[in-house]
Amino acid sequence: MELIAMATGFILILIGLYGALSNRNILRMIVAFTVANTGVNLVLVSIGYMNGRTAPILNDAVPVAEAARRIIDPVPQALVLTAIVIGVGVTALMLAYAYKLYQTKGSLDISKHTDLKW
Amino acid sequence: MTLTLVMSVLLAVAMVILAFMATRGKRSLGISILSAGLVSLLASVLFLLLAAPDVAMTEAAIGSGLTTFLFFFVLGRVRRGEHD
Amino acid sequence: MIKRLTLVLLLIGLGSIFVNLMLNYVPDEQLNRTAEYYATHSAQDLGAANIVTAIIVTYRGLDTLGEVTVLFLTAAIVGLVLAQGKRKHVHKDRGLPPAGELLTTGTRLLLPLILLFGAYVFTHGHLTPGGGFQGGAILASAVLLALLSNPLQRFSHRLISLIESTAGLAFVLIGVLGILLAGGFLDNRILPIGEFGDLLSAGAIPLIYTFVGLKVGAEFSSMLVSLSETKEL
Repeated sequence: MELIAMATGFILILIGLYGALSNRNILRMIVAFTVANTGVNLVLVSIGYMNGRTAPILNDAVPVAEAARRIIDPVPQALVLTAIVIGVGVTALMLAYAYKLYQTKGSLDISKHTDLKW
Repeated sequence: MTLTLVMSVLLAVAMVILAFMATRGKRSLGISILSAGLVSLLASVLFLLLAAPDVAMTEAAIGSGLTTFLFFFVLGRVRRGEHD
Repeated sequence: MIKRLTLVLLLIGLGSIFVNLMLNYVPDEQLNRTAEYYATHSAQDLGAANIVTAIIVTYRGLDTLGEVTVLFLTAAIVGLVLAQGKRKHVHKDRGLPPAGELLTTGTRLLLPLILLFGAYVFTHGHLTPGGGFQGGAILASAVLLALLSNPLQRFSHRLISLIESTAGLAFVLIGVLGILLAGGFLDNRILPIGEFGDLLSAGAIPLIYTFVGLKVGAEFSSMLVSLSETKEL
C-alpha cells in the first residue's frame, strides 16, 4: 500500500518536472511546480506508514500504555505539515512575480523576457 | 484485495491522469489549474488512507483550497496573456 | 528537438534513480528509537493526546519558529511587490454584475460559522487532528468568502498586520518564557499539565497554537487581500 503511494508520488514528481521545463507560459510552469510539490509530500508521508498500525493520536482506540506498538511514525507527518505550508507560500510568491512580469513586459511567454541574457 | 488497496489504486490512477491533463498544454489554463486542484484533493484522501489525518486536513485546506484561489485571482488579472 | 531529447533523457535518468530507491525499500517492523521515545513520553511529560502536535510545538519547536518566519517573509514580500503606492484607491465599478442573492445571503449565514470552526480547530489542536496551521487556513478561507461575495469591499491592512504582529510577538514571548521558567525554548510546562484529554490541559500548547493559528490566518488573508487589490491589466 505504501508502495502504491510512493510510486504515485514519484510519477507526479516526474510529470511536474517535465511540465515545468517544457512549457513556455509562466502560469503553466507554476501549475506544474505545484503538482511536483504534491508528489514530494506524498513520497514523504508514505515512508512513515507501517502495515496494520493506525494514526498517531492517543484516545480510547489507542490507549497510552500500548502506544508504541499501535501507531505509525509521527515524525514524517510533522515534516510534511511544514512543507505544505511553505510550499503554498512559495507558490504565492511566484504568482506575485508572474503578475509583475506581465505588468512590465505585457507577455507571459518566458522567451520574451530576455533581459538577463547577455 | 482489501477495500483500502482498491481505493488507493483507483486514486493513484486518477491522480496520474489529472496530472497529465494539468501539464500537457493543449487545454486552456483554467482547466489546468482545476486539474492541479483536483490532484491536491485526491492526494488529501490518499493521506487519510495512509493514516495521517493532520496532513490530510492541511493539504485539503491549504493545498487544494487556497492555492487554486490564488491561481484564479492572478489568472483574472492577466486575461490577455493566457494564450501565449 | 534537442531540448526535448535532453529533457526526456533527464527524466529517464531521474526515473531510474526513483525505481532503484523503490526496489530497495524495506518498510520498518518496529518504530525507530526517536519515534518510540516520542510515543511513550509525550503523554506523561507533555499531556498532549495528538503526538504530531506535541512534536511540532514542543519537541521540534524551533522548526515551527523557522516556518512562521518564512511565512512572514512571504506575506511581506507579496505585499511589497504588489503595492499600489500611496494614492487613494478609487472605488470604481469594474463593470462586473453584482454577486447574486444566493451568494450574499449564504455569506452572511456562513461567515460566523466558518470563523467559529477555525477557532475550534486551532484550540483543540492537542486533542484531535488539527492545530494552528489548519485553523489559520480556515480563517483565511472565511476572508476569501467575504472577498468573493463583495469584490469592492476594502479590508484594512492595518488591522490585519496588527493581528499578525501581536500574534507573532506573543509566540516568541511564550518561547522565551519557556527558557526562563522551564526547560528550554517553547517548553510547555510553564502552565500546569492538567487532566489528560481536557481542553485546558497540556500546559501552554493551546495558547501557543492559538497564536500560531491567528498569525497564519492573518498572513494568508493579507496575501489574498493584496492580490485582490491589484488592477486588471
